[in-house]
Amino acid sequence: MAEISVKINGQEVQIEKGKTLLQACEELGIDVPTLCYHPRVAIEGACRLCMVEDKKSGQLIASCTLEADDGMEIETESPRVVEARKLVLDLLLASHDVDCFACERNGDCRLQDYSYRYGIERTAFPGERREFPIDNQNPFFERDYNRCIQCGLCVRACHEIPQAGAIDFANRGFSSEIATPFNVPLEDSTCVFCGMCVELCPVGALVPRLDRFTGRPWEIEKVRTTCAYCGVGCQIELNVNEDRVVGISGYGESEPNYGDLCVKGKFGWDYIHHPERLTAPLVRKEGKLVPTSWEEALDYTARKFKEIKEEHGGDALGGLTSAKCTNEENYLFQKFVRAALATHNVDHCARL
Amino acid sequence: MTNSVAEIEKAPVIFIIGSNTTEAHPVISYRVKKAAREGSKIIVADPRRIELAEYADIWMQHRPGTDVALLNGLIHIILKENLWDRKFVEERTEGFSELEKAVSKFTPELVSQITGVPTEQLTEAARIYSTADAASILYAMGITQHVSGTDNVLTLANLAMLTGNLGKPNAGVNPLRGQNNVQGACDMGGLPNVYPGYQKVDDPAVAAKFAESWGNVPGNEPGLTMMEMMEAAEKGDIKALYIMGENPVLSEPDSTHSKENLSALDFLVVQDIFLSETAELADVVLPGVSFAEKEGTFTNTERRVQRVRQGIRPLEGAMGDWKITLELAKRMGYDWKYNSPEEIFNEMAALTPSYAGIDYDRIEKQGLQWPCPDKNHPGTRYLHQGKFPRGKGKFHGIDFIPPAELPDEEYPFLLTTGRKLTHYHTGTLSRRSSGLSTIDPEEMVEINPKDAEALGLEEGDKMLIASRRGEVTARAKPTERVPEKMIFMTFHFSESAANVLTNPVLDPVAKIPEFKVCGVKIKKDE
Ligand code: SF4
Ligand code: SF4
Ligand code: SF4
Repeated sequence: MAEISVKINGQEVQIEKGKTLLQACEELGIDVPTLCYHPRVAIEGACRLCMVEDKKSGQLIASCTLEADDGMEIETESPRVVEARKLVLDLLLASHDVDCFACERNGDCRLQDYSYRYGIERTAFPGERREFPIDNQNPFFERDYNRCIQCGLCVRACHEIPQAGAIDFANRGFSSEIATPFNVPLEDSTCVFCGMCVELCPVGALVPRLDRFTGRPWEIEKVRTTCAYCGVGCQIELNVNEDRVVGISGYGESEPNYGDLCVKGKFGWDYIHHPERLTAPLVRKEGKLVPTSWEEALDYTARKFKEIKEEHGGDALGGLTSAKCTNEENYLFQKFVRAALATHNVDHCARL
Repeated sequence: MTNSVAEIEKAPVIFIIGSNTTEAHPVISYRVKKAAREGSKIIVADPRRIELAEYADIWMQHRPGTDVALLNGLIHIILKENLWDRKFVEERTEGFSELEKAVSKFTPELVSQITGVPTEQLTEAARIYSTADAASILYAMGITQHVSGTDNVLTLANLAMLTGNLGKPNAGVNPLRGQNNVQGACDMGGLPNVYPGYQKVDDPAVAAKFAESWGNVPGNEPGLTMMEMMEAAEKGDIKALYIMGENPVLSEPDSTHSKENLSALDFLVVQDIFLSETAELADVVLPGVSFAEKEGTFTNTERRVQRVRQGIRPLEGAMGDWKITLELAKRMGYDWKYNSPEEIFNEMAALTPSYAGIDYDRIEKQGLQWPCPDKNHPGTRYLHQGKFPRGKGKFHGIDFIPPAELPDEEYPFLLTTGRKLTHYHTGTLSRRSSGLSTIDPEEMVEINPKDAEALGLEEGDKMLIASRRGEVTARAKPTERVPEKMIFMTFHFSESAANVLTNPVLDPVAKIPEFKVCGVKIKKDE
């Protein structure tokens, strides 16, 4: 790979040719603010927040779209850059329903963070703002376009990841908005509820319904694990608050999914706390299953297994292990069947 | 899978057969679509107009259960047009003449007659597949859930070997496994004929190794498969079953009969997190925990061993599944000492060569793909590089056998079953997820609009569906996705349990039931 040399904030670096300025900054650990950029989808250069100053030409350039060129000199926080960013943020806030208090993303919102970073208290352009009704028709996520910043990440996510094409920009200028074709409800569109738009939204415009009011971002612990639905084995993070799962997000840094999810993985987790979860062993007494203690259930089960094994031999017993349980549980289960029940009668359901 | 998920989007040709990837393996379907967008050729063979058919360069709508004929037809054309990989066949395979003999009668005309696929499509598909630098086959239960399931898989292997599409990147024969850890359950020896790592129970050296570690093992005779156990239960030969986290009443064919078999047992123990249809029949129900409450590993469809981490404590009153099994063992006189799932994993890895190099530390950041025989081994992205496990790859001459029960005068419709995006398996989990059950509350049987009209069925109308084994009711969803005289149901909904209808006839080798084809009759339920 050819290397080129650029100077960023006075620091000279060698980078691979073909990388963007934004990527070069990332490699140096320089935090350039972005709203419409996400590594999973195509670069658009729409939000203008990632502007940096080209020292030689004196121009402001969008760092996410521009390929770094040999000999470039860049400032990422020059006064001109800061002024320009402030203006971008200010204009966004002018059409934004700033209501962080009730917003799920309060504390995990890029608009909020950057406004704070550049010292913006409120917009300098108060005036007419369009009002959108909140859409909470579908069972998975809420759409509150009063908080939308039109970065277009959701649109790109939808077109590029599941390629569902359910949403797009509609209209232009002041009345520009994100909508389904003919504004039909999402349920009647080609939406597959993969939640990728929700995952990529940098603000509080798209929020999973189940996650509402279950904890502030800073209260939530993220526990990396593996999706328990299909065999793809997507890497996910459990969002945990006070010993309850309150949401699931994709984990972006690993095979096989690099953050991508489907409707089951993203939204199908609340069975975990379903009231019908069994919380006591049941034993059949006089034809009915009745709750009992663990001691009794385990003793009784082991005694019956032993009796049958002694009387009829191990091959009168069998076990079905589980394609849903872990490897460790499966290993132990088949060991139990083979060593303790003394039979090779062990299998699992649906053999693929 | 012989190859990896990450290789799919790089494959110049992807051949999808018997997999409705969009719904059963959604994230993999994203990769297929990405490949399509970037110029890969996509070939789909499916009796239904599945979503990926929209992305396909060729969609072959073959009749259900005619896969062997279709594939033999492609092989026939590849041989005739001299599009096969002579070098690969000579160096890496044996039995070529058997293959030649078996496919000689499968002329495009005959194949077209059997499958309903036009001859031009067959030729085009054969050319695209065989001339690619690398071509990847993706398949799922649409291939395996037939009496000819094993034949189907062997025929796919024939096709891939003939064209040199094994043992290299972005190619391969890639089964997409349905449940999250069905790969792991098999790897761990959850099968009657093998110990963990597919080590045969009838190999005395293997048995001796496990006997040494475990203290004792049963004899060298393989045990019974699930369907055989069900039959043995009916006869009284099996008296007790211990079922962990499975719901055979809904997942197995001929539900009514499965229920009777389980009821015939003296003693049935079910370990699950909900009172499933199977647990309702049990003598003892032991409450286990969900994946969010446990530590461990799952192995995904590309053989990648990945960590499961505990986010919350077990619900009060429930117990970790490994602890339950351990407690039972203790009470039967086996005082196994494990303090954590990790210790169980390490014992397993020490006994299982393909997992020997894997431990929790190594898979902390990203999972490893087996075989991973030692601690310095990077894992295996694709199998069969340079050599097959048995040395040379063997061609099998395979003839076409039609499905066991085709529609007839009495049962004129063909029922095929499968999965749907929003639900999972027998619905035990997904139907208790509020979003999923709201958007898709009940079975909607796919039926061709022409048939629906003839039967006076409109969207949402109740229909009565009967086979030789039983009958169920469900609502109709007229759609062009299914051809005429065919209906499609899922097995997610207990009140419209498709497996009351399905045929329990098994593939003689893999012992997988023919879920994909049986005859039914339909009428409007007034
Ligand atoms: S989206 Fe961000 S700025 Fe807007 S209300 Fe929510 S937290 Fe505040
Ligand atoms: S949920 Fe998925 S399909 Fe639906 S709009 Fe969002 S990205 Fe598109
Ligand atoms: S998120 Fe969807 S595709 Fe990924 S493992 Fe879970 S169920 Fe499968």
